Formats: sequence, C-alpha cells, structure tokens
Amino acid sequence: MPTRTVTVGSSSGLHARPAKIFVEAAAKAPVKVTIRSGDRKPVPAKSMLSVLALGAKQGTEVILEAEGEGADEALDSLAALLAKDLDADV
Amino acid sequence: MSEVLTGIGVCAGIAAGPLLRIAAAPALPAPVPVTDTEAEYTRAEAALAEVVAELGRRADRTADATVAEVLRAEALMADDEELRDGVRELIDEGHDAPHAIDGAFATFREAFAAAGGYLAERVADLDDLRDRAVAVLLGLPMPGVPAPGHPYVLAARDLAPADTADLDPEQVIGLVTEVGGPTSHTAILARALGLPAVVACPGALAVPDGTFVLLDGASGHLRVGVSEADATAAAQNAARVAAAASTSTGAGRTSDGYAVKLLANVGSAKNVPSADEAHAEGIGLFRTELLFLDRTREPTLDEQITAYRDVFTAMAGRRVVIRTLDAGADKPLPFLNQDGEPNPALGIRGLRVARQRPDVLTTQLAAIAEARSQTGADVWVMAPMVSTTAEATGFAAAVRDAGLPKAGVMIEVPAAALRAADLLRVVDFLSIGTNDLSQYTFAADRMCGDLADLLDPWQPALLQLIGVCGEAGRAAGKPVGVCGEAAADPLLAPVLVGLGVTSLSMSPRAIGPVRAALAGRTEADCRRLAELAVAAPDAREARKLAA
Repeated sequence: MPTRTVTVGSSSGLHARPAKIFVEAAAKAPVKVTIRSGDRKPVPAKSMLSVLALGAKQGTEVILEAEGEGADEALDSLAALLAKDLDADV
Repeated sequence: MSEVLTGIGVCAGIAAGPLLRIAAAPALPAPVPVTDTEAEYTRAEAALAEVVAELGRRADRTADATVAEVLRAEALMADDEELRDGVRELIDEGHDAPHAIDGAFATFREAFAAAGGYLAERVADLDDLRDRAVAVLLGLPMPGVPAPGHPYVLAARDLAPADTADLDPEQVIGLVTEVGGPTSHTAILARALGLPAVVACPGALAVPDGTFVLLDGASGHLRVGVSEADATAAAQNAARVAAAASTSTGAGRTSDGYAVKLLANVGSAKNVPSADEAHAEGIGLFRTELLFLDRTREPTLDEQITAYRDVFTAMAGRRVVIRTLDAGADKPLPFLNQDGEPNPALGIRGLRVARQRPDVLTTQLAAIAEARSQTGADVWVMAPMVSTTAEATGFAAAVRDAGLPKAGVMIEVPAAALRAADLLRVVDFLSIGTNDLSQYTFAADRMCGDLADLLDPWQPALLQLIGVCGEAGRAAGKPVGVCGEAAADPLLAPVLVGLGVTSLSMSPRAIGPVRAALAGRTEADCRRLAELAVAAPDAREARKLAA
C-alpha cells in the first residue's frame, strides 16, 4: 500500500488551524487516506476528532496510507502539507 | 427596592442594563428504549448538523478572523464521520440519540484528556459540542451567550473560552459570575475587552432574566432591582470618568507629584503597539515563555536574540524588564522533560530549572545581552520563583557575568518577601508577582475557583507582605514593582504605592484608569489608605476602607 512517513512541521503541532487545513485537504482527496502515529491504529485523515486525538506535536512522525487510483498523488500533497509550518503560513 | 449582591471586582467600571443569564447546559434525560433505530439515528444526525450550521452562522457573523477560524474548527469537530459512526453503533446497541451522542463524544473525550496539554484543554470544546447537540434534541436553546440585539449584563456560573470566543462587546456590557477568581478566564477576558466584571458573586444566577442591574467592577457590587433612571445616570457618570482616564497621558504620579512608573506586561513585540497606545513608560514584565512553549528543542541563541531585539527596538530606549524563562507548574516545557512531578507548582519551576539545566539560563542571558548591545535599550533582567538570598546571589552573578547591568528577582514566595531587605543587598530591584504570591501565601491553587476569596489581592496578609518589600525598597533606595493582576486595579493602586511600590506593570488597557486613580490622591493619602487596608480584618473590609 502506498505510504508516506512525515514529520509534523507546524510549530503548534497538528492542532487547531494546522489540523483544520490538513483535515479539509484530506476530505477533498479522491481516495480514503488514513493517518497514524507510532503503533497506534490508523484513523481516517478526514476525521478532525481522530486527527486531533493523535496529539501529534511539531517533530512527531506520522504515517499516511491510501490505496487506489490517485493514492500516490494524494499522499504526496498531504505529506507536503504536514511537513510545512502551517502556523507560519498566515 | 434594590438589593446588593457582592463578589470580587476584577475589572473596574460601571455597567447598567438588563441582566441575562447564559443558557445552561442541558442535563441528559433518563434513557428511553429505542424501537426505530433508523429514525433515532436520523434525529441524532440532524442535531449534529444543526450544531455545525449554528457554529457556521456564528463564524459568518463575527468580524474577527481569528474567532471565525476557531468557530469553524469547532464546527469541523462536530461534522465528523468517525463521530457519526460512533453514534450509529451506540444507537444500534439500543441507546437513544442523546445518550449515543454523549457516548460517542466520550470516546474522544478520553483520548483528549489522556493526551494532556493542549488537547486536554480541548475537552471543554467537546463537552460544549455535546451539550449543544443534546439541547437541540431536547428542544432547548443551545447553551451559550445570548444575543438579544441590545446591551445587557451577562450572568453565568463561570465562563469558558468557548462561550466567549465571539462575545459581542456591543451587546455584552458587563460580566458577573457566581464562581471564578481574579485569575479565571472571565477576569482575563474582561480585562482584555475592558468590560466591568465581578466574579465569585453568589446569587447572580438567581436574578431573573431582564432585571435591571447596576454592576460595579471596582467595588464588586451587583445592585439588583435599581431603577433604570438611577442606573443609567450612574453609568453615564462612570463613563465620563473613564473617558477622562483613557485619554490621560504622561508619566504616572500622585496629585502632589510623587512619581510611580506605569509599565506594560507583554509577551512579544506584537503587544508593544498597545503598550504605546496606553502611553506606558516602559515594559514592566516581558514574559519570555512564548518562545519556548510547545518546543521539543530549546530555541537557539540566534532565535532568542531576534525575539528579544524585536521588543527592545520597539521600546526605543524606554525601560524593559525582561523575565527569564518561567517554566514549570502550569507551563511545562517539553524540552525540559518535566513530566511526573507530583506537585508542579511546588516543584522545579522558574529559576529552579537552572539547578538542573544551568545552560538554559546562560544561553538566555547571553541572548538578552547581545540583543541589548545591538539596540541600546534600558534592559533590566529578573528571575522568577526565587526563595532565598543564595538563589538571588547566584542569579545576580550570572546576569553580571553576561554583561547585563541590572539584576532583580520576582517576589512570589512568602520566604522571599520576608527577606526582601536581604535580597536587595544582592540585587538592584524587586518585582512582586501578586498572583503567585497569593497562591503560595494562602496555599490556594490559582486555578481553583472555589478558593477565589483567598486569592483576592485585597487580602490584608498579602498586602502586609507587599508592605515588607516596599519598606525594604525605601530603606535601600531601590525600586520595588508589582506586575501581577493586582497592579491593574485602580482602587488598589494607591494602596500599593502607599506600601512602598514604585512601579506598576499591567495589561496596557488598565494603564489609563490606574493613572487617573493615582492622579486623584496625594502620596500621604496613599500611605494612609495602605495602613487602613493592612490593618483591616479581611479583604472585603480592606476594599471598603480604601474606597
């Protein structure tokens, strides 16, 4: 399955505004994308509550997974979004 | 006939208008058996959708982009497929819609609470969303701040950030809460918006909606059932005084010319313009934590130099009192690995961090010294959480080693206050942090609303400790400032000056009224009021005597 491992770049972590931007982007992806941190169960990337519950901080490694047509492109753009500091991007 | 309820005034000013209560969160009804699970799910889904729509409408209405963003993020939390899946599962198991919604939120609530930190604070958001959805299901108004379209005084048990994110200051003209203390969210919000506010006022919620009230944020009184004409006259009179205060400029002084520096509390260069608007004579507390929060690694020397230089440059030659890192207790920093202290407020915090990590302090002082030499600002450096003369001596030596001219310590621990004279032999100035000094003097957690009366800055024992510091300052001819919330109370300011305090540092908005209050008293008045307040049997009496 296509996978991307990314380090969260936002200075406040995957919280609040960065989480919102990421979740909204994931909801627009043509495939179902999951996100997980460490050995925990993957959760849907378009679920705000699940993404927040990861508790990912700046520097936390998260793993994105998706399957199907367009999976690689979707993962690439979501991974790039996660790696950016979305707090700085006002 | 009018009746007076009394609480603790946390933001001075007079508000007159009808009182409206915040709609309370609905209680979960008794569970009912579900026969048609599909209809029950449709009902639950519609309730969640209404919550999302309502948050969207509030976001559309507010003029503040940051607030709109917060509301939309909350809406996204209620519009969640995992949440809906959870609700469906619970309904399939036989739960009714309110209990299924409660249960589905509870799963995330647990995960948030377990994660701690930022997420644990978001638990209140989850509870708010659940309450809103349950209210819709029960046909009750959604909990929250009323928006009747006319000015009113808002009454609540306590206010949470979610309640007040889009609070409209055109409509809400005053705040009164039954619980909460001088450091509660209500108090902080009131001071930020300049709204008259009274907290810890029992009985405020028993006042029927629409009753005309007169709220006095200085005395802490809520006068209920006053005639509209009387209340309006009182409010107009207060508005005239406030207008005079907000346009006051110049250095702080008593009516007979005794100078008291009026300074601003800031967290970064972003706050400097509001300090300028208020004609602050400098910065009395530059908190440096902002740069360190949420960091897994210590900020580099260069990053720190830039952040400090921004503030020093903006203050252009005026005094800047910068506080070294105040980590620990309610502000744990990831890179210091402070987890697992059973009693963080009594643990390794403030200057005590330097016992384990002296390098963090050395780097910070080097950054401050470099930023100072690049800007030529009048920089004073102080350490938080100092208890002994030995600690003060060590800190002063580190400050001088870094090439910085002025070293001071904060007085937050009663032991330090009692030994103020000894401390002033080794440092150049003292700055009293009244919030922590209250907490440690009265053994009362700052965050504990039920103990708000103990945390009242008018407590005579607290004033007495401030007086010990003031006396020591007078004897040594060295400055003693106050930088806690107490400095922002116009009624208390003359008392503090009478106790020997030479500078007051506060949020910028509070400076005008404090300047006006001082201008109305002579230095001798201040000393007399201070004696009365310290001799008073309790905080309420102290406040009354000084009025």
